[in-house]
Amino acid sequence: MIASLLAQAWTAPTIDWHAIAPELVLVVGINLVLLVDLWLDEAKKWAMATITGLVLLGAVVPVVTLAVLGGDVRDAIFDGRYVIDEYALILKALFLLVGYVVVLLSQNELEEGGYYQGEFYVLLLVSVLGMVMMSSSRDLMSIFVALELLSIPAYMMAAWRKRDPRSNEAGAKYYLLGVFASAVLLYGMSFLYGTTGTTKLTDIGVALSGELSAMQILAVVFVLAGFAFKISAVPFHTWAPDTYEGAPTPVTAFLSVASKAAGFVALLTVLYLGLYGADEVHSPMIWAMAALTMTVGNVVALRQTNIVRMLAYSSVSQGGFILMPLAVMSTTAAESALRAVVIYLLIYAFSNLGAFAVIIAVSRSTRSGEISSFGGLMSYAPGLGVLMTIFLASLAGIPPLGIWIAKLQAFRALIDAGSTSAYVLAIIAAVNTVIAAGYYMRVLRQIWMSPVPDGDTTPIRPPSSVWLALGITAGGTVVLGILPSLVLRFADLPDLTGALGR
Amino acid sequence: MNMATITNDNWLLTVGTFLPLVGVLLMMFIPASEERTHKQIGIVTSAVTAAVGVLTLLRFDYGHSESLQFFVDSEWISVIRSNYTIGLDGISLPLYFLSMVVTLLVMIYTWDNMPDAGNPKSFIILMLVLQVGMAGSFIAQDLILFFVFFEVVLLPMYFMIGVWGGEQRQYASLKFFLYTMFGSALMLVAFLALFFQTGAESFSFAHLAEAGALIDRDVQIWIFAGMFVGFAVKVPMFPFHTWLPDAHTQAPTQGSVILAAILLKLGTYGFVRIAIPMLPQGAKAWAPVIGILAVIGIIYGALGCLAQTDMKRLIAFSSVAHMGFVMLGISTLTEFGINAALFGMVAHGLITGMLFFVAGSVKHRYHTLEISRLSGMLIQMPRLGWILGFAAMASLGLPGLAGFWGEFPAILSAYNPNFGLNVGLYRVLMVIAALGTVLAAAYLLWLYQRTAFGRPNPEFDAHAAHPVGAGVNDDHHGADIHDVTPIEWIAWTPFLIAIVVFGVYPQLMFDVMDPAVSALVERVGAGIP
Repeated sequence: MIASLLAQAWTAPTIDWHAIAPELVLVVGINLVLLVDLWLDEAKKWAMATITGLVLLGAVVPVVTLAVLGGDVRDAIFDGRYVIDEYALILKALFLLVGYVVVLLSQNELEEGGYYQGEFYVLLLVSVLGMVMMSSSRDLMSIFVALELLSIPAYMMAAWRKRDPRSNEAGAKYYLLGVFASAVLLYGMSFLYGTTGTTKLTDIGVALSGELSAMQILAVVFVLAGFAFKISAVPFHTWAPDTYEGAPTPVTAFLSVASKAAGFVALLTVLYLGLYGADEVHSPMIWAMAALTMTVGNVVALRQTNIVRMLAYSSVSQGGFILMPLAVMSTTAAESALRAVVIYLLIYAFSNLGAFAVIIAVSRSTRSGEISSFGGLMSYAPGLGVLMTIFLASLAGIPPLGIWIAKLQAFRALIDAGSTSAYVLAIIAAVNTVIAAGYYMRVLRQIWMSPVPDGDTTPIRPPSSVWLALGITAGGTVVLGILPSLVLRFADLPDLTGALGR
Repeated sequence: MNMATITNDNWLLTVGTFLPLVGVLLMMFIPASEERTHKQIGIVTSAVTAAVGVLTLLRFDYGHSESLQFFVDSEWISVIRSNYTIGLDGISLPLYFLSMVVTLLVMIYTWDNMPDAGNPKSFIILMLVLQVGMAGSFIAQDLILFFVFFEVVLLPMYFMIGVWGGEQRQYASLKFFLYTMFGSALMLVAFLALFFQTGAESFSFAHLAEAGALIDRDVQIWIFAGMFVGFAVKVPMFPFHTWLPDAHTQAPTQGSVILAAILLKLGTYGFVRIAIPMLPQGAKAWAPVIGILAVIGIIYGALGCLAQTDMKRLIAFSSVAHMGFVMLGISTLTEFGINAALFGMVAHGLITGMLFFVAGSVKHRYHTLEISRLSGMLIQMPRLGWILGFAAMASLGLPGLAGFWGEFPAILSAYNPNFGLNVGLYRVLMVIAALGTVLAAAYLLWLYQRTAFGRPNPEFDAHAAHPVGAGVNDDHHGADIHDVTPIEWIAWTPFLIAIVVFGVYPQLMFDVMDPAVSALVERVGAGIP
């Protein structure tokens, strides 16, 4: 039998090496880090972070050259199942940059904690590789592989402080629920494949454009529920706060930004290419999830006293805002909705990472995660205080800071759709914006208006890597808020669908 | 609003608006301990900004005040069809200039009246950022740009109240913030609805004013409702006013002055510039509601004043009443009424700003604003007492001072509302509003009588009897009672002069505004079938 298989003429697919260069750089980098770690002296482990950072930046280079040189030539490879277009490139750039900032944030935490640095960076790189692949995946198989590739290292990273029971709990919870979600997702995908006979999303899209069978409806529900876990949408969000609080803070930053964004990217791709015909099933689901996610996330966040936990719930609630435009993705507002989600993911990454960077810098000296430990920050660390103000005000959606334009886009998509349900969702979101402002302002109130809790006003001196991370994130938050045109053009619908001939 | 635009000197507005940021940048690199330097930079920056404002006044073509001048229209967020469109006409010119002058005078006042919390560096940076937002709101000719500037003022004001305010500052600042945020969230939804209902072509005011009139009446009413909430919170109108007394009372003097003089006007300006011309039928449907709420505000504010025991809180409630007159003028949709409203906005800014300055200085000297503990100011500090009397007279609408020309024509305009609005209703409103002026006279004279007349309270008299040197300590309980200082004179004189000049010769401002207002009313009329 093997002989007969071998006898068949097999032609290797033509591979555009330039197009997959970012992934290749990462693969080479992962092996490099793994090998260097083996030979490197324990005292020189600090070099691991530098090498990892260089690998991530190195992977950005082909992304940039592809963006500059790329045309329609190298749009689709592997029969349109793996696509390099502007949409994919901007998201790849995002994931690589987020990875870089997380490396900057992890450096000191790992060195001081005496944790396994080499292994950590390998896992981080693998996870980023999964995300980079996710941006290009246009096939159920590659999406699932990418999703597992990015999730499995993250389960371990969440439990990285292995002597801390909370960290263990974080990892275990994340792992169990994550695997459960994968199973649900895979189950739904198997139904999709079973009823349409293909795993290629564009073909599924064609097959689902008519009347849906009961199996197909079930498939859509399962797929959506599976992704809902990944993006911690209510009611599938319960793992997020515990995991976020227990995991090391840089990992929390990574999970709440990159991992969540990757989930959204997968959801976007699947919805826009495969499930757009099934809007009767998913539109009400997404509508309800978005409304619930932003409301529940907000209301619970109001009651938190631990800042990481508060940001965890805030990130749940922000997820609701990101999800919101997708409720109208099957209407004429499809393009606005896509742009809204992509822009939101990009800018949210900057602001949220920045907020975590400040928390890392401050808690290094206060040794506390309570919101009250930020009391009087302006009086002894005005730089960090102002930066935190910028990040939280951006998260609250106050112009001209980053997220306002993303929120505006999300509202715009809903109102573009113009249906009554869309307007109702917009009003719910508007009210939620105010609730969210309530808890962001509470932190700012501590920073600006409260006295220093323990009277310790020694200036905070964050390590230079954290300053660099703060500079990148603050720069992104402010510049993108004032000149959003810089990134807005990357999220055009034709880029995602046009190249595939939908 | 004439579509023709005059495009000379179009750099002027951009420079005038963003110049304060140069000061901010400079101050960021100077350590906070150099307090004098920061105050100097603050004064110089706002003085240069005001000089650009004077240049704007000089270059403004008063023969064409109905059309946009210094017009700029360049690409900004092209994907959502929002442009950096700015311009100035007769409606916005007085407010634009007022914002610059008020900021400068407040900066000067800050020289030796820094609020207790200290840290002039942050305080002055916030004031400069605030100035950018205020000036920007008045020049923006694009809804999204307007929204951005409108929101820029939010955080600086929040921190000004919350950090440098009185005892209840945290509560007051959060209330201010959440109210405004709620209003602007709904306002944004309304803006977007307007954009899509007009064919999603452009956010520019000129385009929306043209296309907005063609929207169905029912839709206009809904969109107007959203904008109404946003602007009414800012004004603030009757049911949305509860943040104002708290914010005003708790804010530091500088914050109160800026809040009263400029920030409240963003709301009324929004009505005149955006809501009414873009949604004429919605405006007509809502006008009676606005009128009724405005009059409720007048009476409610006045009664609220009579019940206050705190001088600053009383002035804050009087703001609610005065903004009621402004809104009444707007709600008639007449040229006469809107002119009066615009005049009233500037006059209220000058007069109430002045009153808050006086209140701040009284607090600085007596460390209390309890009306019952204050008395005999005319004996202890005759000049300050006279200034208080002057501002109170202006505030109650004494003819010959600026306040009169805001209130009286606004009441009069309700006699004959435009576009077939219910005349009977408006005449009732007119009568009630006129009663409101009587109440205004009552509470202001009562305030003046209790604080300025009579013998000084022995509690403070005793302190004043101490040798001068003993009073210099910054102890909260030791009163240091002295008359108006030179810095205060510098900061206040322009206000006092302007109140008299505009009172004696109101044509000065009416002439600038009227062509723009008449074009606006004409346009609204064209949109109402």
